[in-house]
Amino acid sequence: MAYFPKPSEGSWTEHFKIDTGPVSYADSISPDFYELERDAIFRRTWLNVGRVEQLPRKGSYFTKELDAARASVVVVRGTDGEVRAFHNVCRHRGNKLVWDDYPREETKGTCRAFTCKYHAWRYDLEGKLTFVQQESEFFDVDKSEYGLLQVHTEVWEGFIFVNLDPENTTPLKDYLGKFGQGIEGYPFHKLTQVHKYRAEIGSNWKLFIDAFAEFYHAPILHGGQYEAGEAARIKKYGYEALSYDIDGPHSMVSSWGGIAPPKEKAMVKPIERALRSGLFGPWDAPDVGLTTEQLPPAVNPTRSKVWGMDSFVFFPNFMLLIWRPNWVLTYHYWPTSYNTHIFEGTCYFVPPQNAFQRIQQELAVVSFKEYGLQDGNTLEATQTMLESRTVDQFPLCDQEVLLRHLHSTAQGYVREHQQRRSAAPAS
Amino acid sequence: MGNVFPAEFAALEPFADWAVPGERARYAKRVSSTMKELQAFYDVAFPLLEQSTEYLENVSLDGIGEEDKHLLWAFCALVTVAFPVEAWGQPRVPDSGPSSIDAVVEPAV
Repeated sequence: MAYFPKPSEGSWTEHFKIDTGPVSYADSISPDFYELERDAIFRRTWLNVGRVEQLPRKGSYFTKELDAARASVVVVRGTDGEVRAFHNVCRHRGNKLVWDDYPREETKGTCRAFTCKYHAWRYDLEGKLTFVQQESEFFDVDKSEYGLLQVHTEVWEGFIFVNLDPENTTPLKDYLGKFGQGIEGYPFHKLTQVHKYRAEIGSNWKLFIDAFAEFYHAPILHGGQYEAGEAARIKKYGYEALSYDIDGPHSMVSSWGGIAPPKEKAMVKPIERALRSGLFGPWDAPDVGLTTEQLPPAVNPTRSKVWGMDSFVFFPNFMLLIWRPNWVLTYHYWPTSYNTHIFEGTCYFVPPQNAFQRIQQELAVVSFKEYGLQDGNTLEATQTMLESRTVDQFPLCDQEVLLRHLHSTAQGYVREHQQRRSAAPAS
Repeated sequence: MGNVFPAEFAALEPFADWAVPGERARYAKRVSSTMKELQAFYDVAFPLLEQSTEYLENVSLDGIGEEDKHLLWAFCALVTVAFPVEAWGQPRVPDSGPSSIDAVVEPAV
Protein backbone atom coordinates (compact mmCIF):
# COMPACT_ATOMS: atom_id res chain seq x y z
CA MET A 1 0.00 0.00 0.00
CA ALA A 2 1.19 3.49 -0.80
CA TYR A 3 2.03 5.96 1.97
CA PHE A 4 3.24 8.74 -0.29
CA PRO A 5 1.81 9.75 -3.68
CA LYS A 6 3.50 8.67 -6.91
CA PRO A 7 3.42 10.45 -10.29
CA SER A 8 0.34 10.03 -12.49
CA GLU A 9 2.07 7.39 -14.61
CA GLY A 10 1.73 5.09 -11.60
CA SER A 11 5.46 4.74 -10.87
CA TRP A 12 8.59 6.86 -10.61
CA THR A 13 10.40 4.63 -13.09
CA GLU A 14 7.78 5.10 -15.82
CA HIS A 15 7.49 8.80 -14.95
CA PHE A 16 11.19 9.23 -15.78
CA LYS A 17 10.72 7.10 -18.94
CA ILE A 18 13.18 4.50 -17.73
CA ASP A 19 12.80 0.90 -18.89
CA THR A 20 11.16 -1.31 -16.26
CA GLY A 21 12.60 -4.63 -17.49
CA PRO A 22 15.22 -6.66 -15.65
CA VAL A 23 18.82 -5.31 -15.67
CA SER A 24 22.01 -7.28 -16.26
CA TYR A 25 24.84 -5.64 -14.26
CA ALA A 26 27.26 -6.61 -17.03
CA ASP A 27 28.56 -3.04 -16.64
CA SER A 28 29.82 -3.88 -13.12
CA ILE A 29 31.72 -7.11 -13.71
CA SER A 30 33.70 -6.39 -16.85
CA PRO A 31 37.35 -5.24 -16.86
CA ASP A 32 36.86 -4.06 -20.45
CA PHE A 33 33.86 -1.93 -19.59
CA TYR A 34 35.75 -0.40 -16.67
CA GLU A 35 38.63 0.58 -18.97
CA LEU A 36 36.09 2.41 -21.14
CA GLU A 37 34.54 4.11 -18.11
CA ARG A 38 37.94 5.49 -17.11
CA ASP A 39 38.21 7.53 -20.30
CA ALA A 40 34.51 8.10 -20.95
CA ILE A 41 33.56 9.15 -17.43
CA PHE A 42 36.42 9.82 -15.04
CA ARG A 43 38.58 11.75 -17.52
CA ARG A 44 35.64 13.77 -18.79
CA THR A 45 33.34 14.79 -15.93
CA TRP A 46 33.62 17.18 -13.01
CA LEU A 47 34.95 15.31 -9.95
CA ASN A 48 34.66 16.63 -6.40
CA VAL A 49 38.07 16.34 -4.74
CA GLY A 50 37.53 18.23 -1.49
CA ARG A 51 36.36 21.40 0.22
CA VAL A 52 37.81 24.88 0.53
CA GLU A 53 38.23 24.48 4.31
CA GLN A 54 41.02 21.98 3.50
CA LEU A 55 42.97 24.93 2.04
CA PRO A 56 42.78 27.49 4.86
CA ARG A 57 45.83 29.59 3.87
CA LYS A 58 47.88 30.70 0.88
CA GLY A 59 50.15 27.74 0.16
CA SER A 60 47.81 25.14 1.71
CA TYR A 61 47.65 22.10 -0.54
CA PHE A 62 46.48 18.50 -0.72
CA THR A 63 46.95 15.76 -3.27
CA LYS A 64 44.20 13.56 -4.65
CA GLU A 65 44.79 10.20 -6.29
CA LEU A 66 42.42 9.69 -9.21
CA ASP A 67 43.36 6.17 -10.19
CA ALA A 68 40.28 5.74 -12.40
CA ALA A 69 41.37 8.79 -14.41
CA ARG A 70 45.02 7.64 -14.43
CA ALA A 71 45.95 10.85 -12.65
CA SER A 72 47.12 12.41 -9.43
CA VAL A 73 46.40 16.08 -8.83
CA VAL A 74 47.74 18.61 -6.37
CA VAL A 75 45.15 21.16 -5.27
CA VAL A 76 46.58 24.40 -3.86
CA ARG A 77 45.58 27.87 -2.74
CA GLY A 78 47.81 30.34 -4.56
CA THR A 79 49.37 33.55 -3.28
CA ASP A 80 46.41 35.33 -4.90
CA GLY A 81 44.00 33.22 -2.80
CA GLU A 82 42.70 31.29 -5.84
CA VAL A 83 42.24 27.51 -5.68
CA ARG A 84 43.97 25.70 -8.55
CA ALA A 85 44.76 22.10 -9.38
CA PHE A 86 47.73 20.76 -11.31
CA HIS A 87 48.73 17.37 -12.59
CA ASN A 88 51.11 16.07 -9.93
CA VAL A 89 53.93 15.51 -12.42
CA CYS A 90 57.35 17.18 -12.61
CA ARG A 91 58.05 18.47 -16.11
CA HIS A 92 61.69 17.38 -16.03
CA ARG A 93 61.56 13.57 -15.87
CA GLY A 94 57.96 12.82 -14.94
CA ASN A 95 58.45 12.12 -11.25
CA LYS A 96 55.44 12.52 -9.02
CA LEU A 97 55.98 16.02 -7.63
CA VAL A 98 54.22 16.00 -4.24
CA TRP A 99 54.21 12.91 -2.01
CA ASP A 100 55.51 11.78 1.38
CA ASP A 101 57.18 8.43 1.98
CA TYR A 102 54.59 6.45 -0.02
CA PRO A 103 54.16 7.58 -3.64
CA ARG A 104 50.62 6.15 -3.88
CA GLU A 105 49.30 7.79 -0.71
CA GLU A 106 47.64 11.18 -0.54
CA THR A 107 49.25 13.98 1.44
CA LYS A 108 48.60 17.55 2.51
CA GLY A 109 50.43 20.51 3.98
CA THR A 110 51.46 24.11 3.49
CA CYS A 111 54.40 25.35 1.42
CA ARG A 112 55.76 28.34 -0.50
CA ALA A 113 56.76 26.32 -3.56
CA PHE A 114 56.76 22.72 -4.78
CA THR A 115 60.22 21.21 -5.12
CA CYS A 116 60.70 17.89 -6.87
CA LYS A 117 62.45 15.30 -4.72
CA TYR A 118 64.42 14.05 -7.73
CA HIS A 119 66.43 17.00 -9.11
CA ALA A 120 65.00 19.95 -7.18
CA TRP A 121 63.07 21.56 -10.02
CA ARG A 122 60.87 24.10 -8.31
CA TYR A 123 57.39 25.45 -9.10
CA ASP A 124 55.53 28.35 -7.50
CA LEU A 125 51.99 28.06 -6.14
CA GLU A 126 50.60 29.16 -9.51
CA GLY A 127 52.43 26.30 -11.23
CA LYS A 128 55.22 28.36 -12.86
CA LEU A 129 58.65 26.70 -13.11
CA THR A 130 60.94 28.99 -11.10
CA PHE A 131 64.13 27.01 -10.62
CA VAL A 132 66.11 24.47 -12.64
CA GLN A 133 69.06 22.81 -10.98
CA GLN A 134 72.26 23.47 -13.04
CA GLU A 135 70.18 25.31 -15.60
CA SER A 136 73.21 26.04 -17.81
CA GLU A 137 73.60 22.31 -18.51
CA PHE A 138 70.30 22.27 -20.38
CA PHE A 139 69.72 22.95 -24.05
CA ASP A 140 67.73 26.15 -24.46
CA VAL A 141 65.04 25.23 -21.94
CA ASP A 142 62.56 28.10 -21.69
CA LYS A 143 61.24 27.88 -18.14
CA SER A 144 57.97 29.57 -19.13
CA GLU A 145 57.14 26.53 -21.28
CA TYR A 146 57.65 24.03 -18.49
CA GLY A 147 55.14 24.99 -15.85
CA LEU A 148 52.92 22.41 -14.16
CA LEU A 149 50.01 21.24 -16.28
CA GLN A 150 46.91 22.92 -14.95
CA VAL A 151 43.62 21.09 -14.54
CA HIS A 152 40.21 22.80 -14.87
CA THR A 153 39.21 23.67 -11.30
CA GLU A 154 36.01 25.29 -10.07
CA VAL A 155 34.38 25.70 -6.68
CA TRP A 156 30.66 25.25 -5.99
CA GLU A 157 29.36 26.12 -2.51
CA GLY A 158 32.82 25.42 -1.08
CA PHE A 159 33.19 22.05 -2.84
CA ILE A 160 36.29 21.93 -5.07
CA PHE A 161 35.86 20.12 -8.40
CA VAL A 162 38.38 19.25 -11.10
CA ASN A 163 37.82 18.22 -14.70
CA LEU A 164 40.68 16.37 -16.40
CA ASP A 165 39.36 16.87 -19.91
CA PRO A 166 41.50 19.63 -21.47
CA GLU A 167 38.72 20.21 -24.00
CA ASN A 168 35.96 20.53 -21.43
CA THR A 169 33.85 23.63 -22.01
CA THR A 170 30.99 22.96 -19.58
CA PRO A 171 31.20 25.22 -16.52
CA LEU A 172 30.77 23.37 -13.23
CA LYS A 173 27.51 25.17 -12.43
CA ASP A 174 25.99 24.07 -15.73
CA TYR A 175 27.18 20.53 -15.14
CA LEU A 176 25.61 20.36 -11.66
CA GLY A 177 22.32 21.47 -13.20
CA LYS A 178 19.12 22.17 -11.35
CA PHE A 179 20.06 20.27 -8.19
CA GLY A 180 23.28 22.25 -7.87
CA GLN A 181 21.41 25.50 -8.44
CA GLY A 182 18.62 24.51 -6.07
CA ILE A 183 21.02 23.67 -3.22
CA GLU A 184 22.93 26.97 -3.48
CA GLY A 185 22.68 28.98 -0.29
CA TYR A 186 22.76 25.95 1.99
CA PRO A 187 25.05 26.96 4.90
CA PHE A 188 27.80 24.40 4.21
CA HIS A 189 30.40 26.89 5.45
CA LYS A 190 28.95 26.64 8.96
CA LEU A 191 29.42 22.86 9.10
CA THR A 192 33.15 22.76 9.78
CA GLN A 193 33.36 19.94 12.33
CA VAL A 194 34.59 17.05 10.15
CA HIS A 195 34.77 13.29 10.69
CA LYS A 196 36.08 11.46 7.61
CA TYR A 197 36.15 7.70 7.01
CA ARG A 198 37.81 5.62 4.33
CA ALA A 199 37.41 1.99 3.29
CA GLU A 200 38.66 -0.32 0.58
CA ILE A 201 35.61 -2.03 -0.87
CA GLY A 202 35.60 -5.23 -2.94
CA SER A 203 32.99 -4.19 -5.45
CA ASN A 204 32.44 -2.15 -8.56
CA TRP A 205 32.01 1.54 -7.69
CA LYS A 206 28.47 1.68 -9.04
CA LEU A 207 27.27 -1.07 -6.74
CA PHE A 208 28.01 0.99 -3.64
CA ILE A 209 26.19 3.98 -5.09
CA ASP A 210 23.31 1.57 -5.74
CA ALA A 211 23.38 0.56 -2.07
CA PHE A 212 23.09 4.16 -0.90
CA ALA A 213 20.68 5.31 -3.63
CA GLU A 214 17.89 3.05 -2.37
CA PHE A 215 16.57 2.58 1.15
CA TYR A 216 14.48 -0.49 0.23
CA HIS A 217 17.27 -2.54 1.88
CA ALA A 218 17.35 -0.62 5.16
CA PRO A 219 14.61 -2.41 7.14
CA ILE A 220 16.15 -5.78 6.22
CA LEU A 221 19.96 -5.54 6.08
CA HIS A 222 20.08 -3.16 9.03
CA GLY A 223 17.17 -4.76 10.98
CA GLY A 224 19.51 -5.83 13.76
CA GLN A 225 20.43 -2.21 14.44
CA TYR A 226 16.99 -1.38 15.82
CA GLU A 227 15.07 -2.31 18.96
CA ALA A 228 13.41 -5.69 18.27
CA GLY A 229 9.81 -4.40 18.25
CA GLU A 230 10.80 -1.45 16.11
CA ALA A 231 12.68 -3.71 13.67
CA ALA A 232 9.53 -5.79 13.09
CA ARG A 233 7.43 -2.66 12.61
CA ILE A 234 9.89 -1.13 10.13
CA LYS A 235 10.10 -4.39 8.19
CA LYS A 236 6.31 -4.58 7.89
CA TYR A 237 6.18 -0.95 6.81
CA GLY A 238 8.95 -1.38 4.23
CA TYR A 239 10.31 1.74 2.58
CA GLU A 240 8.85 4.42 0.37
CA ALA A 241 10.52 7.68 -0.59
CA LEU A 242 8.76 11.01 -0.46
CA SER A 243 9.94 11.68 -4.01
CA TYR A 244 12.62 10.99 -6.60
CA ASP A 245 13.99 13.33 -9.23
CA ILE A 246 16.40 13.11 -12.14
CA ASP A 247 18.27 15.87 -13.95
CA GLY A 248 20.59 14.78 -16.74
CA PRO A 249 23.18 12.42 -15.25
CA HIS A 250 22.30 13.39 -11.67
CA SER A 251 19.50 12.19 -9.42
CA MET A 252 18.06 12.56 -5.94
CA VAL A 253 15.76 10.89 -3.44
CA SER A 254 13.90 12.76 -0.74
CA SER A 255 13.10 10.73 2.35
CA TRP A 256 10.84 10.96 5.36
CA GLY A 257 12.12 11.56 8.85
CA GLY A 258 12.69 8.27 10.58
CA ILE A 259 13.93 8.76 14.07
CA ALA A 260 14.85 12.36 14.77
CA PRO A 261 13.23 12.71 17.26
CA PRO A 262 11.15 9.54 17.65
CA LYS A 263 7.40 9.60 18.30
CA GLU A 264 7.87 7.15 21.16
CA LYS A 265 11.04 6.83 23.19
CA ALA A 266 10.65 3.01 23.20
CA MET A 267 11.41 3.02 19.45
CA VAL A 268 15.07 3.79 19.99
CA LYS A 269 18.00 2.23 21.81
CA PRO A 270 18.92 3.42 25.33
CA ILE A 271 22.08 5.19 24.12
CA GLU A 272 20.00 7.13 21.59
CA ARG A 273 17.49 8.09 24.29
CA ALA A 274 20.26 9.22 26.63
CA LEU A 275 22.05 11.27 23.97
CA ARG A 276 19.06 12.40 21.89
CA SER A 277 20.94 11.39 18.77
CA GLY A 278 21.36 8.52 16.33
CA LEU A 279 21.86 7.60 12.68
CA PHE A 280 19.76 10.58 11.61
CA GLY A 281 21.94 12.94 13.63
CA PRO A 282 21.48 14.81 16.91
CA TRP A 283 17.73 15.35 17.34
CA ASP A 284 18.09 19.00 18.32
CA ALA A 285 19.14 20.87 15.20
CA PRO A 286 21.80 23.55 15.78
CA ASP A 287 21.12 27.06 14.51
CA VAL A 288 22.46 27.54 10.99
CA GLY A 289 20.64 30.78 10.28
CA LEU A 290 17.83 29.06 8.32
CA THR A 291 14.75 27.20 9.49
CA THR A 292 13.76 23.92 7.81
CA GLU A 293 11.15 25.88 5.83
CA GLN A 294 13.80 28.38 4.67
CA LEU A 295 16.16 25.75 3.21
CA PRO A 296 16.99 26.20 -0.50
CA PRO A 297 14.30 24.85 -2.87
CA ALA A 298 16.07 21.65 -3.97
CA VAL A 299 16.24 20.55 -0.33
CA ASN A 300 13.00 18.87 0.82
CA PRO A 301 11.59 19.59 -2.68
CA THR A 302 8.05 18.43 -1.77
CA ARG A 303 8.14 20.67 1.33
CA SER A 304 6.88 17.65 3.28
CA LYS A 305 6.23 18.06 7.00
CA VAL A 306 7.71 14.61 7.68
CA TRP A 307 10.87 15.24 5.63
CA GLY A 308 14.06 13.81 7.14
CA MET A 309 16.83 13.72 4.54
CA ASP A 310 17.71 14.27 0.89
CA SER A 311 20.31 12.24 -0.93
CA PHE A 312 21.75 13.71 -4.14
CA VAL A 313 23.81 11.64 -6.58
CA PHE A 314 26.07 13.95 -8.60
CA PHE A 315 27.40 11.82 -11.42
CA PRO A 316 29.69 10.08 -11.43
CA ASN A 317 30.81 9.50 -7.85
CA PHE A 318 29.77 12.25 -5.42
CA MET A 319 26.79 11.85 -3.11
CA LEU A 320 25.54 14.64 -0.88
CA LEU A 321 23.15 13.86 1.97
CA ILE A 322 21.44 16.78 3.68
CA TRP A 323 19.76 15.85 6.96
CA ARG A 324 16.92 17.70 8.63
CA PRO A 325 18.86 18.33 11.89
CA ASN A 326 21.31 20.55 9.98
CA TRP A 327 24.18 18.25 9.18
CA VAL A 328 25.63 16.85 5.99
CA LEU A 329 27.20 13.59 4.90
CA THR A 330 29.14 13.13 1.67
CA TYR A 331 30.12 9.90 -0.06
CA HIS A 332 32.80 9.47 -2.69
CA TYR A 333 33.55 6.30 -4.62
CA TRP A 334 36.99 6.18 -6.25
CA PRO A 335 37.40 3.13 -8.51
CA THR A 336 40.71 1.28 -8.38
CA SER A 337 39.69 -1.59 -10.70
CA TYR A 338 36.48 -3.02 -12.17
CA ASN A 339 35.74 -4.78 -8.86
CA THR A 340 37.41 -2.60 -6.22
CA HIS A 341 37.11 0.99 -5.10
CA ILE A 342 37.95 3.34 -2.26
CA PHE A 343 34.94 4.61 -0.37
CA GLU A 344 35.07 7.89 1.56
CA GLY A 345 32.32 9.01 3.92
CA THR A 346 32.59 12.45 5.51
CA CYS A 347 30.30 13.88 8.20
CA TYR A 348 30.01 17.67 8.54
CA PHE A 349 28.49 19.23 11.66
CA VAL A 350 28.20 22.66 13.25
CA PRO A 351 31.16 22.68 15.68
CA PRO A 352 29.92 21.44 19.08
CA GLN A 353 29.84 24.03 21.85
CA ASN A 354 30.12 21.57 24.72
CA ALA A 355 31.01 17.99 25.59
CA PHE A 356 27.42 16.76 25.36
CA GLN A 357 27.03 17.99 21.78
CA ARG A 358 30.37 16.41 20.91
CA ILE A 359 29.15 13.01 22.17
CA GLN A 360 25.82 13.43 20.35
CA GLN A 361 27.78 13.89 17.11
CA GLU A 362 29.97 10.89 17.93
CA LEU A 363 26.85 8.71 18.07
CA ALA A 364 25.70 9.90 14.65
CA VAL A 365 29.17 9.28 13.17
CA VAL A 366 29.60 5.84 14.71
CA SER A 367 26.08 4.86 13.59
CA PHE A 368 26.96 5.81 10.02
CA LYS A 369 30.10 3.69 10.27
CA GLU A 370 28.34 0.60 11.64
CA TYR A 371 25.67 0.71 8.93
CA GLY A 372 28.40 1.27 6.36
CA LEU A 373 30.29 -1.81 7.52
CA GLN A 374 27.22 -3.95 6.83
CA ASP A 375 26.73 -2.30 3.45
CA GLY A 376 30.39 -2.64 2.41
CA ASN A 377 30.65 -6.31 3.29
CA THR A 378 27.37 -7.14 1.55
CA LEU A 379 28.72 -5.52 -1.62
CA GLU A 380 31.59 -7.95 -1.78
CA ALA A 381 29.04 -10.79 -1.55
CA THR A 382 27.07 -9.20 -4.40
CA GLN A 383 30.14 -8.60 -6.58
CA THR A 384 31.40 -12.19 -6.37
CA MET A 385 28.01 -13.64 -7.29
CA LEU A 386 27.48 -11.21 -10.16
CA GLU A 387 30.91 -12.19 -11.44
CA SER A 388 29.92 -15.86 -11.33
CA ARG A 389 27.43 -14.96 -14.10
CA THR A 390 25.08 -17.61 -12.71
CA VAL A 391 22.22 -15.14 -13.09
CA ASP A 392 22.30 -12.16 -15.42
CA GLN A 393 18.79 -10.71 -15.28
CA PHE A 394 17.69 -8.87 -12.17
CA PRO A 395 14.30 -7.25 -11.55
CA LEU A 396 14.45 -3.85 -9.82
CA CYS A 397 11.51 -2.27 -8.03
CA ASP A 398 10.26 1.31 -8.24
CA GLN A 399 12.16 2.29 -5.06
CA GLU A 400 15.33 1.30 -6.97
CA VAL A 401 14.72 3.73 -9.82
CA LEU A 402 17.94 5.68 -9.21
CA LEU A 403 19.98 2.48 -9.75
CA ARG A 404 18.53 2.03 -13.20
CA HIS A 405 19.29 5.67 -13.93
CA LEU A 406 22.90 5.45 -12.70
CA HIS A 407 23.74 2.37 -14.74
CA SER A 408 22.03 3.62 -17.89
CA THR A 409 23.86 6.96 -17.49
CA ALA A 410 27.25 5.23 -17.19
CA GLN A 411 26.44 3.09 -20.23
CA GLY A 412 25.37 6.20 -22.14
CA TYR A 413 28.69 7.96 -21.42
CA VAL A 414 30.61 4.90 -22.59
CA ARG A 415 28.50 4.58 -25.74
CA GLU A 416 29.00 8.24 -26.64
CA HIS A 417 32.72 7.96 -25.99
CA GLN A 418 32.97 4.98 -28.34
CA GLN A 419 31.03 6.84 -31.01
CA ARG A 420 33.32 9.87 -30.67
CA ARG A 421 36.37 7.66 -30.94
CA SER A 422 35.15 5.81 -34.02
CA ALA A 423 34.13 9.11 -35.64
CA ALA A 424 37.50 10.76 -34.99
CA PRO A 425 39.87 10.79 -37.96
CA ALA A 426 42.75 8.34 -37.58
CA SER A 427 45.84 10.18 -36.41
CA MET B 1 48.32 9.70 42.43
CA GLY B 2 45.62 11.86 40.85
CA ASN B 3 42.34 10.67 39.42
CA VAL B 4 41.75 10.27 35.69
CA PHE B 5 38.16 11.58 35.72
CA PRO B 6 36.48 14.48 37.54
CA ALA B 7 35.68 13.59 41.17
CA GLU B 8 31.94 13.17 40.44
CA PHE B 9 32.83 10.27 38.14
CA ALA B 10 34.97 8.27 40.57
CA ALA B 11 32.93 5.14 39.74
CA LEU B 12 34.52 5.20 36.27
CA GLU B 13 38.09 5.04 37.58
CA PRO B 14 38.36 1.22 37.21
CA PHE B 15 37.55 1.74 33.51
CA ALA B 16 40.11 4.49 32.90
CA ASP B 17 41.61 2.41 30.07
CA TRP B 18 38.50 3.26 28.02
CA ALA B 19 39.44 6.97 28.03
CA VAL B 20 41.05 6.59 24.62
CA PRO B 21 41.53 9.48 22.15
CA GLY B 22 40.33 8.74 18.62
CA GLU B 23 37.42 6.68 17.29
CA ARG B 24 39.79 4.36 15.46
CA ALA B 25 41.50 3.36 18.71
CA ARG B 26 38.23 3.11 20.63
CA TYR B 27 36.79 0.83 17.95
CA ALA B 28 39.94 -1.33 18.01
CA LYS B 29 39.58 -1.72 21.77
CA ARG B 30 35.93 -2.68 21.40
CA VAL B 31 36.48 -5.40 18.79
CA SER B 32 39.35 -6.89 20.81
CA SER B 33 37.23 -7.04 23.99
CA THR B 34 34.88 -9.80 25.14
CA MET B 35 31.17 -9.16 25.57
CA LYS B 36 31.70 -9.61 29.31
CA GLU B 37 34.24 -6.78 29.34
CA LEU B 38 32.01 -4.54 27.21
CA GLN B 39 29.00 -5.24 29.45
CA ALA B 40 30.99 -4.44 32.62
CA PHE B 41 32.05 -1.05 31.25
CA TYR B 42 28.56 -0.30 29.92
CA ASP B 43 26.87 -1.20 33.22
CA VAL B 44 28.89 1.40 35.07
CA ALA B 45 29.23 4.08 32.39
CA PHE B 46 25.70 4.16 30.96
CA PRO B 47 23.86 5.18 34.16
CA LEU B 48 26.51 7.89 34.64
CA LEU B 49 25.92 9.21 31.13
CA GLU B 50 22.16 9.27 31.70
CA GLN B 51 22.62 11.42 34.81
CA SER B 52 25.25 13.73 33.33
CA THR B 53 23.58 15.65 30.51
CA GLU B 54 23.69 18.89 32.44
CA TYR B 55 27.28 18.35 33.60
CA LEU B 56 28.44 17.66 30.05
CA GLU B 57 26.53 20.63 28.65
CA ASN B 58 28.51 22.83 31.00
CA VAL B 59 31.86 21.49 29.79
CA SER B 60 33.01 23.88 27.08
CA LEU B 61 35.27 22.33 24.44
CA ASP B 62 37.36 25.51 24.37
CA GLY B 63 40.11 24.98 26.88
CA ILE B 64 38.62 21.69 28.15
CA GLY B 65 40.55 20.34 31.17
CA GLU B 66 42.39 17.02 31.20
CA GLU B 67 39.88 15.25 33.47
CA ASP B 68 36.90 16.39 31.42
CA LYS B 69 38.74 15.38 28.25
CA HIS B 70 39.18 11.87 29.67
CA LEU B 71 35.50 11.81 30.58
CA LEU B 72 34.55 12.87 27.05
CA TRP B 73 36.67 10.10 25.52
CA ALA B 74 35.25 7.50 27.92
CA PHE B 75 31.70 8.48 26.96
CA CYS B 76 32.68 8.39 23.28
CA ALA B 77 33.92 4.85 23.99
CA LEU B 78 30.57 4.11 25.64
CA VAL B 79 28.88 5.21 22.40
CA THR B 80 30.77 2.61 20.38
CA VAL B 81 30.34 -0.05 23.11
CA ALA B 82 26.57 0.55 23.31
CA PHE B 83 26.01 -1.01 19.87
CA PRO B 84 27.17 -4.55 20.81
CA VAL B 85 25.62 -4.36 24.28
CA GLU B 86 22.22 -2.93 23.31
CA ALA B 87 21.68 -4.53 19.92
CA TRP B 88 23.95 -7.29 18.64
CA GLY B 89 25.34 -9.35 21.55
CA GLN B 90 28.71 -9.47 19.77
CA PRO B 91 31.57 -6.97 19.46
CA ARG B 92 31.30 -6.62 15.66
CA VAL B 93 28.21 -5.56 13.73
CA PRO B 94 26.49 -8.63 12.17
CA ASP B 95 27.39 -9.46 8.57
CA SER B 96 30.41 -7.18 8.49
CA GLY B 97 32.98 -10.02 8.32
CA PRO B 98 36.51 -8.71 7.87
CA SER B 99 35.47 -5.35 6.40
CA SER B 100 36.75 -2.14 7.93
CA ILE B 101 35.98 1.55 7.63
CA ASP B 102 38.69 3.67 9.21
CA ALA B 103 38.60 7.19 10.57
CA VAL B 104 41.10 9.32 8.64
CA VAL B 105 40.05 12.79 9.83
CA GLU B 106 38.72 13.40 13.35
CA PRO B 107 38.23 16.43 15.59
CA ALA B 108 41.22 17.29 17.78
CA VAL B 109 39.19 16.51 20.91
